[in-house]
Amino acid sequence: MNGGHDLGGMHGLGPIEPEADEPVFHHAWEKRVFALTLATGALGRWSIDMGRHARERQHPADYLRHTYYENWLAGLEKLVVERGLVSADELAAGKASSPADDAMRARVLQAADVARVMAKGGSFEVAIDAPPRFAVGDRVRAINRHPSGHTREPRYVRGRIGVVHEHYGAHVLPDRSAAGQREGRHLYSVRFEAGELWGEPAVPASAVYADLWEDYLEPAG
Amino acid sequence: MSGNHQHHDHAHTEPPSEVALRVKALESLLIEKGLVDPAALDELIETYEHKVGPHHGARVVARAWSDPSFKDWLLRDATAAIASLGYAGRQGEHLRVVENTPAVHNLVVCTLCSCYPWPVLGLPPVWYKSPPYRSRAVADPRGVLAEFGTKLPDDVEIRVWDSTSEVRFMVLPERPPGTERWSEAELAKLVTRNAMIGVEKAKSPGDGAPAR
Repeated sequence: MNGGHDLGGMHGLGPIEPEADEPVFHHAWEKRVFALTLATGALGRWSIDMGRHARERQHPADYLRHTYYENWLAGLEKLVVERGLVSADELAAGKASSPADDAMRARVLQAADVARVMAKGGSFEVAIDAPPRFAVGDRVRAINRHPSGHTREPRYVRGRIGVVHEHYGAHVLPDRSAAGQREGRHLYSVRFEAGELWGEPAVPASAVYADLWEDYLEPAG
Repeated sequence: MSGNHQHHDHAHTEPPSEVALRVKALESLLIEKGLVDPAALDELIETYEHKVGPHHGARVVARAWSDPSFKDWLLRDATAAIASLGYAGRQGEHLRVVENTPAVHNLVVCTLCSCYPWPVLGLPPVWYKSPPYRSRAVADPRGVLAEFGTKLPDDVEIRVWDSTSEVRFMVLPERPPGTERWSEAELAKLVTRNAMIGVEKAKSPGDGAPAR
């Protein structure tokens, strides 16, 4: 979706303002949102792309105005209801009308398992039969597409020509993953020259590498 | 658009904000439902506030500066090389390390959200996740670097890595001159988080201890 999150190339957002000796969290509630997001994610009711899409599905003005963890909270409040962990009434009341079912409670992340689960992570590689359509060195065009759902093809590369820098193998396609389907597609690192992306006169001697799935690419000859 | 900065100081006597109350309500509800273990929440916070952080990445860089065969491995298969030092897992399942040289400078961003190599750098700083950096790193990398006080000659090629997939990038900064006899532990102190994102260079001897 062409949402408020797709920021590459946008103007007028102000200076970067790095903070010296910045703490990991700035407020106690940020810690809880972070931990709640990871702990509920471990229940397996949504993928990382569903999580991202839940944060993206806000009015762009809200997405831009909110702090980072406010956007996480907005996404988590959506997910827990949409994915059936709590009802909308329970969320509004802040009170459970019934406990979660046993199957879900059996999946609750336990403190003793946190270190192991986080250190293990989860691979996004998927074995697929289809051979890769592109090879390193191929000229490719990022397809000019504007899906209303989740995608990881940023607006600033659409319609632009680049060169395949690396083939990573097949990874979970975010567009489908955000809709609950785990499907593998070949994934490539594509190099775009700055002049191709931003026009001339370009930034001297620079290039952007974006990771793009085969569904986002077509041969550029 | 302002308001993306979370570092306002609040006195502890202030009443909880609306957002803090929403978080509290959600946490209470999920605990009451039996869907989260409060001790697990504490452990998650402890892990990412105090255990995982850029000191991991600094150790990786110092090892690469000291051991050419490790550096080769790191540039060829970062996930495996980094796992050999004990760093792996969430948000670091598929790692790539990109090397700065006198001719090439690398910079990492996530224009679409906040993707960042947690096992080696910990959680990202606010500026990395905020619209000003995300919007401009791809379109005006030299301007962004200048805001961090990093000036590069015009003929140095800048490569910006936009983390649009689950592949996570870390920059291998150039080893500062004058460190030839330094131990890995000493070298690691020169490697800042910002140098591994690519917005700054590594500290030089005489710069003093880095802030992070």
